[in-house]
Formats: sequence, C-alpha cells, structure tokens
Amino acid sequence: MIIDADRDMHFSRLNAEVRNTADERVTINGCLGQRYIATGSSGKTITVNGTPGNALGAYLNGSTVIVNGNAQDATGDTMNGGTIVIHGNSGDATGYAMRGGKIYISGNTGYRAGIHIKAYKELHPVIVVGGRAGSFLGEYQAGGIIVVLGQNDDGLPIINNFCGTGMHGGVIYLRCDKLPHAIPDQVRAEDVRGDECEELCSIIDDFCGFFPEFDRDKLVSANFKKLTPDTDNPYKQLYTDN
Amino acid sequence: MNTYIPAEFEVVRNAGLCTVCRACERQCSNGVHSYDKERGTMVADATKCVNCHRCVCICPTHALKIVRSGDVYRTNSNWSAQTMNEIFRQANSGGVLLSSMGNPNDLPVYFDRILVNASQVTNPPIDPLREPMETVVYLGKKDVVIERDEHGRLIDNLPPQLRLNTPIMFSAMSYGSISYNAHEALARAAEELGILYNTGEGGLHKDFYKYGKNTIVQVASGRFGVHEDYLRAAAAIEIKMGQGAKPGIGGHLPGAKISEDVSRTRMIPQGVDAISPAPHHDIYSIEDLRQLIYSVKEATDYKKPVIVKVAAVHNVAAVASGIARSGADIIAIDGFRGGTGAAPTRIRDNVGIPVELALAQVDERLRREGIRDAVSIVVGGSVRSSADVVKAVALGADACYIGTAALLALGCHLCRSCYTGKCNWGIATQRPDLVKRLNPDIGYKRLVNLVTAWNHEIQEMMGGMGINSIEALRGNRLMLRGVGLNETELRILGIHHAGESM
Repeated sequence: MIIDADRDMHFSRLNAEVRNTADERVTINGCLGQRYIATGSSGKTITVNGTPGNALGAYLNGSTVIVNGNAQDATGDTMNGGTIVIHGNSGDATGYAMRGGKIYISGNTGYRAGIHIKAYKELHPVIVVGGRAGSFLGEYQAGGIIVVLGQNDDGLPIINNFCGTGMHGGVIYLRCDKLPHAIPDQVRAEDVRGDECEELCSIIDDFCGFFPEFDRDKLVSANFKKLTPDTDNPYKQLYTDN
Repeated sequence: MNTYIPAEFEVVRNAGLCTVCRACERQCSNGVHSYDKERGTMVADATKCVNCHRCVCICPTHALKIVRSGDVYRTNSNWSAQTMNEIFRQANSGGVLLSSMGNPNDLPVYFDRILVNASQVTNPPIDPLREPMETVVYLGKKDVVIERDEHGRLIDNLPPQLRLNTPIMFSAMSYGSISYNAHEALARAAEELGILYNTGEGGLHKDFYKYGKNTIVQVASGRFGVHEDYLRAAAAIEIKMGQGAKPGIGGHLPGAKISEDVSRTRMIPQGVDAISPAPHHDIYSIEDLRQLIYSVKEATDYKKPVIVKVAAVHNVAAVASGIARSGADIIAIDGFRGGTGAAPTRIRDNVGIPVELALAQVDERLRREGIRDAVSIVVGGSVRSSADVVKAVALGADACYIGTAALLALGCHLCRSCYTGKCNWGIATQRPDLVKRLNPDIGYKRLVNLVTAWNHEIQEMMGGMGINSIEALRGNRLMLRGVGLNETELRILGIHHAGESM
C-alpha cells in the first residue's frame, strides 16, 4: 500500500489507513510531521519518506519502520519489539522506556535518548546512533544496550552532559578514547576494543547492514568506553522506618 | 550510640483467658509473640508490634488487646513524642523517614465540615425502596456537537464512555505494592459490582486479563508492564502524573520485593530495583501530555477513554484546565490524604491539599471556562464513606476512587507498615505464607458488600434530598452547607454556611 500524505492529511486518518490495511508493506510518501505513525504496530514493514512527527513507533510491537529522513521526538516510546531505522537524525527522548526491539539512527540523536530503557527476559533493546547523542543519554537506564559511534562531522563531542545519570542496569558503548564529560559516581567506565567485543561487533554488523555508507571495519577497530552501573556503589538512599 | 525509642504499644494478655495455643505467635510476621518454655506462658516483645491487630482478631479466646504503651516524654506542646522520635530515628540512621498509607495528621477534613440537605414538605423526599433511583454514571467526554442523519436520527458521535453502576471505583494499587490475592479480590468485586479497578503501575497479571472490561491500566513514568496487549486489554487507560500521598516524587520498588511473579507482570528482571522517575521525561507541557494521550489513543484505536491522574496541589485548577484541553477524557484528582505503599514521611505529611478544596476549584474553573463537559472528574484521597461520595458528587465529581476503604474491607487495620512487606493481613506483602491469609473468595465478597451498602446509602441520601438521579446531584452545591468554616473556606468550596438559606 502506498499512501501519499501531504501537509493537510491529519495523523488520525493517516494512521487509520496504516492500521487498517491488510498489506504487510506500507509506504508513506511526502510525510510531513504526522505523529504516532506505526503506534503499537506489528507484522508490517512501513517505509516513511519525509519527516514523521513525534512518537513514531510508540509501543511498536514487531513491525519494521524505515525512515528516509529525520525523525522527531519520542521515537519508539515504550516499544516492545520490532526495528526502527532512521536515515537521518532523531529528536529528543528517542527510545524512551523501550523494552525490546532495535532503533538504528545514521545521524545524531537529541536529549535523553534511551532514557529508562529496560530489558526483560529475551527482550534486550538496542539503540545505535551513528553520530553523537545529546545530554542525559541513558538516564535511568535499567537494561538494554546503547551504542554511540561518533561519526558526526560537526566536531561536537560524542555525548553531552549527565550521561548515565540514575543508570542502574544495561550497557552504554561510546566509540571514543576519552570521555568528554564526567559520568556519575554510580557508573563505571572501562576501555574495550571494538573488534574484541563480540556483542559490539554483532551490533555494528547489524547497523552497517542498514547503512552501507559506514565502514564496518573502521568502526570496530577503535577504542570504546563501556559504561555500566557500578555494583560496588549502588544508589541506596537509606530509608528509616517511621 | 543509638537512642532507644520506647515501644509505642503494649501487648496486654489476659492470663486467665490465654490457653497458650500459640496462634498469635504463628500469625505475627513481626515476631512479637513467643512461648516461654520455662514459665509455660506466652510472652510479647512489644517493641516489634506495629498494632495491626492480627493477633487480637485471631485469638480464639479474645485474650489479647493492644494499648498505648503509656511511656511518655515530658509534656511539650511544641515537641510531640512523634517529632522527637523522628529526630532520634534520623540521628540513629541518617535515613530519610519512610511511611505508609495516608497522612494521619490532625488537619481539617472538609467532608466532616459539610452537611447535606434533605427535603421537607415541598419537593418531598423519595423512598428508594419504592421508586427507581439512578446511580449509574458514564465517565468520558460529552462535549460533542449533536449531529443527525438525513432521517433526523441521532448520529452516535460520543467518544468512548465508562459505565459504572455506582459512582465508585477502586483506585490504583499496583501488584507489587499489594498482593496477587488482593488484586484478584478487587478485580472480581469490580466485575460483580459493574465498576472498575485500577492496576496501578505494576502491569496486569496474565490471570487478570479476563477482567479487562472492569480494568483501568496505568501508564506511569517507568512504563512498567506497558505494552500493546496491556493497553488493549483494559476498559480505560490512566496516565499517572501524580499521586496524592507523594505529589512531585516518583516511586521506588526495591529489588527485594520484585518476586518472580511481580517481575513477569512488570516485565522487568527479578531482584532489580524498579524506579519510577518523578516526571515523565517526555512531558514538560500540556502539549507534551497531549502527545502521550494521543499515542495511547492511537494504540487503542480511539476506543478507550484516557484518564489523567494528578495530585491535588496548589494550582490544580489551572492544571486541570490544561488537562481538559489536552484530549483527556477523565481527570482524576488525588487528595493529600491518599494512601501509598511507601512515601517519604515529610512528603506525605506536608505536600498537597485537601481533595474537597481541589475538587471544588477544579469544577468551578472548568465550568467558568465552559469546558466542564470536556472531561469527567474522579476524586480520591480520601473518600471514607458513602456520605463522602455524596458530598464529593455534590461538589462536582462524577465518581470517586476508593483505595484505603477497599483495603480496610480486605482486612487492613491501618497499621501503616506497608513498606516493611510483612503485612499480616496478606495485603501489602509478596510473602507467599502471608498472601495466602487473604482468601480472594472472601475478600471479593467483602468488597461487594461494602460498595453495595454504600450504594444503598447513596440512594437513601439522594432520596432524602428529593433527587432520583446521581446526575442531578452532580455539582449541586445548594445541597451542601458548611459548618464551622470560615468565609475563605466557604468561598473556595462554593457553599453557604449551615443556617443560611439560598
């Protein structure tokens, strides 16, 4: 199914068409800020040409969403499964509270990416950012994997302030030799070599499968900072029974 | 040095009645009672007693009672024993004081200062035993334009509504904060009563999907257990922005309380802390709230009403006005007396405002702005009786949430020790040996009894006022009079003083 959206097409109409079609493949052309595309969707492959609006793929439940353009805020909010591929940048709160599935972004991502992402049993969400991430990356992270590759060419650092604040599970990999900003006391940083880390290699393989413009070997043959919660130094606000 | 804090209670055992059956010992998860072999009698360590009354209720010979210990500090109206003990506790530990259930302090309860009208001579009272008395309410948006088809028939363009047989629902209490059996009792009672219960932010246990049409599921900042099927299973979805017991702060379920079953329901690993941040990190404005509301509506095909729950705070009327314009179908307002499994004492006891004042102001504000029909209003925290329900409806509520009252029906004795996880009544615990004490077959019946009784009383009070439909009571403040309230309080409540006629 091909939907020709334009600026006058309201999101509720667009999304009803996407929801109600029996076609497994849906292409949306000329998308211009329509929100909630592919919300809760499963069993479909949805290609968005243009700029989808906020909350793209919220509660996504297995569908694949490919964006040829930039995505806005709250992409993949509370997503449970499926894949979102963004050939461009993504806005703030990308992958908020996601529990499963994968988000691949060729460009940069905004503030609070991967905030409160979590893992559960066989569900291990993954967010891979080709460029850089804004402040509060992986805030309250409870599980899952965030990878930032730092291939941005604007000269700005790979992360900004407050990365991993409140992190209590999961892993963040940052492709850099040195952290550009301090991380909280409760988060531990260790050095890993990309090509010596199986988990990272396989994630980068997947990433490059979607974005052939990236050189896989170059990406992995570099130092990464691996951030994990420091189990020796947990968050323990001591409570007193009253 | 740890300052010794004397026991608050004393366990009094009537030696003449005690048969040393040791039931109290088996029943007390706090380890108060034990058997003294040498003396052949039961002894009690009152320092461990939380005054939950489990032993008192269970003792077959009624040999037990719990009394205040009577140990006193020197009388001081400024420094109460409670305040002094809190300082000792913090000096001992360096910890943040943690409490459970609602604010117990001596602050005004406005429901108790409001009296209800009755008809005399003219507009005679109605006998609910003889005449139909409508307590059914529909919650949802009703501000649609009436449209007719070419034959002049009404086109049903009403957004989704929740039908309640009586204007009462069970408020949000998560699986984790309360037990499986407590949830089962609430769900079954809601089904039988034709009302709804609320999962809180703990996910929906797979066994309870079958009660979906009587279930409100919650979406809170941690998004625990939230997924496609969960949203679709429910009759309505509640976005929790705040809670009356702890406005402005989030939740923290310690890893120790996350059992295998709780972990499955919340969809988080076992034994790992579950942190609900204070804010939703994607909501910084009414526009952002609107975005979350519509993402939920999109995920459920616009078939379910969306509730936005906020704590009653100082500017609640302005907040409610924003919510009413955000696309929400129902606003839930939770007063500062609302209960909780655990909250920092200082927050619970010092933050938020009484729900009666919040409700009156929200209703007034929405009416003045001409958007009262855009939303239904549900209030909770704390609604303690059918009279509170009647007064709340007359102040402008469409329905009430009851939480603490429902737990009392299940056996809770308000010992306010939920955070220990050792609830002797099998409610606020995940310990299997304690949970099984709450029999859901009995528990659900008791909830049905309670709400059925309240519904009768609501009908009686309505009948007395000469009102035969709850809709006609809503916002009908002429039916209320304040007693012992000052002019500011009366103005905020929008009611006259008792003795003043219209």
